[in-house]
Amino acid sequence: MYGKSLRALSISTVVAMALALSLVFFYAPLEAEQGFLQKIFYVHVPLSIVALCGFVIGALLAIQHLRTRDPRWDMRSYVAIHMSLIFAVGALITGSIWAKGSWGHWWVWNEPTLVSFLIVFLLYATYQPLRFAIEDPERQARYASVFAITAGAFVPLNFIAVRLSTAYVHPRVLGSTSNLPAPMALTFVVSLLAMALLYATLCKYELTAKHTRAQVRALRRRLLGDAEEARGGRARSAAPSLPPSATIGPRTSPRTAL
Amino acid sequence: MLGALPALPLHEAGKYVAGAYVVLFALVLIYVAIMAIRLSRIEHELGELLEHTSDRTEQRESTPAYLMKGHK
Repeated sequence: MYGKSLRALSISTVVAMALALSLVFFYAPLEAEQGFLQKIFYVHVPLSIVALCGFVIGALLAIQHLRTRDPRWDMRSYVAIHMSLIFAVGALITGSIWAKGSWGHWWVWNEPTLVSFLIVFLLYATYQPLRFAIEDPERQARYASVFAITAGAFVPLNFIAVRLSTAYVHPRVLGSTSNLPAPMALTFVVSLLAMALLYATLCKYELTAKHTRAQVRALRRRLLGDAEEARGGRARSAAPSLPPSATIGPRTSPRTAL
Repeated sequence: MLGALPALPLHEAGKYVAGAYVVLFALVLIYVAIMAIRLSRIEHELGELLEHTSDRTEQRESTPAYLMKGHK
């Protein structure tokens, strides 16, 4: 079910990534102030934007989970946030590298954009421990959804607050102050698209892997019985688990199954 | 003030740009490696289940029909 369209998505991601890299290094002109160092912008900014959008998507999926109580929405929300955290790590590291090259420091504490992104990252870093702390899967899913919605609402508020602050030195990319030349803007849009596709593909891979694992577990339960399954059973985990009814259909006789 | 610093020369900026792109590829590579480990675990579990079902089929074939449950 989750594996559907995975192949097409993977191929389009590889093509978009190759195109983005070609544009970055062979088409986009060198920026007058920062020179070659500005090339980091095409990886750092898309990583940050996709990570923040992923957190908001996680919140929207969590709303859907609370509305329907379907564990599959919790699984999707978990994967969206999990993947956004990985992208946020990438954004923080590439941002630090850029800061070192541009400003001579790995981190600048009086820069609102950097610090606010770190706060968002640290907020979401507590998502996994929160899940792990709750043993009952149903309660774990419910509490995690509430967390995802609250934190998801914080992301755009945080973004607006930083935009409104006056004492910033972080380069503005999007908005009224930006005046990117057309080749740079095109390269940036393609890079952003490629990063969004990478995010979607990795989420799809993760969902497919989790669904397949749940299916194997359900199959084991049917073949070996609940006792055997419990013996080699599932360790306590922060990741949501799908109930058997959400993985494979109702129990049928081997004849009807075939 | 920080934004007004002069551009780094190419030979010096190159290592930072390379570093940033290496970070991206390293993240993807680590993720693919984790997925490969998970896939091999699922493959192993499926192999076990397949072995179990073939054992059960063999047992059923070797058991005389009158000893089977539900035989009349």
